Amino acid sequence: MFKKTVALFLAVLLTVSLCACGGDRKGDRKTNNEIVVGISQDLGDSLNPYQMTAAGTKEIMTNVYEGLYKVAPSGDFIPAVAEDCIISEDGKVYTFPLRSGVKFHNGKELTVQDVLYSFKTCSDITVDSSLPKIFEGLTVESEGNNIVMKLSAANNDFLAYVSLVYIIPEGYSDQAATQPVGTGPYKFVSRSVQENIVFEKFGDYWGNKASVDKVTCKIYEDASALVAAINAGAIDVTAHLTPDQIAGLDEKKYDFLEDTMNLVQALYLNNARKPFDDVRVRQAICYAIDVDEILDLTANGHGSKLGTSIYPKFTKYFDEDLVDMYPHSVEKAKELLAEAGYPNGFSMSVTVPSNYTPHVNAGQVIVQQLKAAGIDAELKEVEWNSWLTDVYQGRDFDSTVCGFDASTITANALLSRWVSTSGKNMIGFSDPKYDELISKATAETDDAVRTQLYKDAARILAEDAANAYIQDIAEIVAINKDLSGYVFYPLYRIDFSTIHY
Amino acid sequence: MKKILKSDNWYLKCGIFITGFILIVILIGQFWTPYDSGYMDGAARLEGPSFAHIFGTDNFGRDILSRVIEGTGTTFLVSFCINLIGLLAGTMIGAAAGYRGGLFDDLLMRICDAITAFPNVMLALVIIAVFGSGDLNIIWVLGILFIPSYARIVRSQFVQQKSCNYVQMAKLMGASPLRIIFVHILPNIYSTLLPAATIGFNNAVLAEASMSFLGVGVSANKPSLGRMLNEAQSFLVGGAPWYAAFVGLAIVLLVMGLSLLGEGLQKEQLRGKK
Repeated sequence: MFKKTVALFLAVLLTVSLCACGGDRKGDRKTNNEIVVGISQDLGDSLNPYQMTAAGTKEIMTNVYEGLYKVAPSGDFIPAVAEDCIISEDGKVYTFPLRSGVKFHNGKELTVQDVLYSFKTCSDITVDSSLPKIFEGLTVESEGNNIVMKLSAANNDFLAYVSLVYIIPEGYSDQAATQPVGTGPYKFVSRSVQENIVFEKFGDYWGNKASVDKVTCKIYEDASALVAAINAGAIDVTAHLTPDQIAGLDEKKYDFLEDTMNLVQALYLNNARKPFDDVRVRQAICYAIDVDEILDLTANGHGSKLGTSIYPKFTKYFDEDLVDMYPHSVEKAKELLAEAGYPNGFSMSVTVPSNYTPHVNAGQVIVQQLKAAGIDAELKEVEWNSWLTDVYQGRDFDSTVCGFDASTITANALLSRWVSTSGKNMIGFSDPKYDELISKATAETDDAVRTQLYKDAARILAEDAANAYIQDIAEIVAINKDLSGYVFYPLYRIDFSTIHY
Repeated sequence: MKKILKSDNWYLKCGIFITGFILIVILIGQFWTPYDSGYMDGAARLEGPSFAHIFGTDNFGRDILSRVIEGTGTTFLVSFCINLIGLLAGTMIGAAAGYRGGLFDDLLMRICDAITAFPNVMLALVIIAVFGSGDLNIIWVLGILFIPSYARIVRSQFVQQKSCNYVQMAKLMGASPLRIIFVHILPNIYSTLLPAATIGFNNAVLAEASMSFLGVGVSANKPSLGRMLNEAQSFLVGGAPWYAAFVGLAIVLLVMGLSLLGEGLQKEQLRGKK
């Protein structure tokens, strides 16, 4: 009996203490000027700036690392470690005068040697597939306090790549994997794998110093645990929530800021395979799919419609007219199918990577919509790795729902994929006019002309119905009502430095 | 039937009642469900139970009751096939091993032991990762993993029966081993096999549900209980707790009915021996 009583007592005590842990500390965090950020996956094994692969790692570590230039919330590139950038007439020579008084988190002052070392190391060991191309024929030299880069050919997106080469102290690459040091507004303090990562405000930051003293990123790999933790008040900021997830959250405690994931979600069609090689069949599929219904059913109506391989935050290139090029119409779809020689439809599979719920959900709705238009579609769920090998590399699929993001914020990153010779052109899209437009655009130096060329190319994708474009998926940031200053970027990034009580 | 109704074997009575009820529902579900289980209604997402939707609706606005009915059918069918493979192959292997004995017996049984050493679902996950998922794959993978448990039961019965007089007699009369196995011994161990099969069925239901819950089970084209439970868990905290509750209830009922039935059959069998 005694044992039982003790056991019961301990159980009650445990429950009470656990509850206490969850609730009360919110106020303490405010007085201590610290915040807890909930993230849904652990950072990658290596925090070395040139070996980070996962978007989830980069979005956090950009608080620690900076390049010569960096991305502003508007999508423009602004000076960071460099003070300015002078571009030669022919667009082949870039001169970056370094900002004076920039310090690394370990107290060391930044010099041109660190920049040269960083560029050298990055070109040697980077795992970013888009970067090596840019290092080809590139020479980086120092001239006094300036860094001079000479390109073999003019490249209008060069600053976008420069912003990806993060500057670390000379000779520091080996330690960077576990003890990252950069010049950013926050310095890395500690990390415990599968649990949390702690950052502290860097007092000697060259620019506007951060407001919050301490940021703890807590890892919740289970989605419902994350939501429960938010409900318990254990988290101040969480990004990447779905509209369904926030439905159960307390509006009195949190502000919900809506954003999009910056990716092009579409039903990608294998243009190289029958019957999708016929433009009428592809257009029929576009007509058969009701994007509004997909948004309603999978995200309570949140999300931005696309129409082509450009998402709306690329305001410069986004063309509003393309969004409704194929308004939902089952009759039109059937007509086009009959014209193409499939009056009774055909059967096809819709492959979806099973670990991405938004794609699986969209796939489920699409299958129903295609059925309504007489196309016998079947959902095929595959594991992420087999999706990569069979669908992406092997190109063995009818159609697939997935999302492509932009590795740099350039139209080129989204559009050059569909050039017929591109290794990334998994749908086998082939249009000589398109290829020509893209190659012209890459070489064009005049910004207005270039923008128009990219826009024209994007229009071809829509007119040819290369894919049935769906949406840029909505995501929501939940932020403690006491906090403000959260800023959205047109790419994966959680900026701690602007958040304040 | 009368005997069962009159008997005081409540396990058997409840088991038959629950399982019978589920079977009738599944049968009706083949011809009629309140709604088309795939029909998505954007205007009625995640609605609570009402007269229009007795079990409420899911995140796509689909009627949960219709999906539970069809899902139970899918789960039942898959489990049935899994069990059939396990039972048939298990009986063959067990009978051969038990009747023959010796090194042959040792070899087969050690292989079975090796398979049993791994948890079913985990081993199935590994195999599915290699061969890919799909309805048929789930069936044969789990089917194979269910063989050892049946093989063991059948083998032990055969070892027992082998030395019985009726088998010895048959042997003396020159009956072939196949005839002895199938005509003489098998009918005699039927009463042991039946409860084992019910319990095996039970495990198959749970295994299929677990696999689907982990996202490697039956394809998303048709509803299945495990899969629905997986989808429901995102709405457990906020939104739609009834979704998971009703799906869970269906699994509980199915499993409980079958295990009561198995338990009841076992009791009946023990009583028969007295």
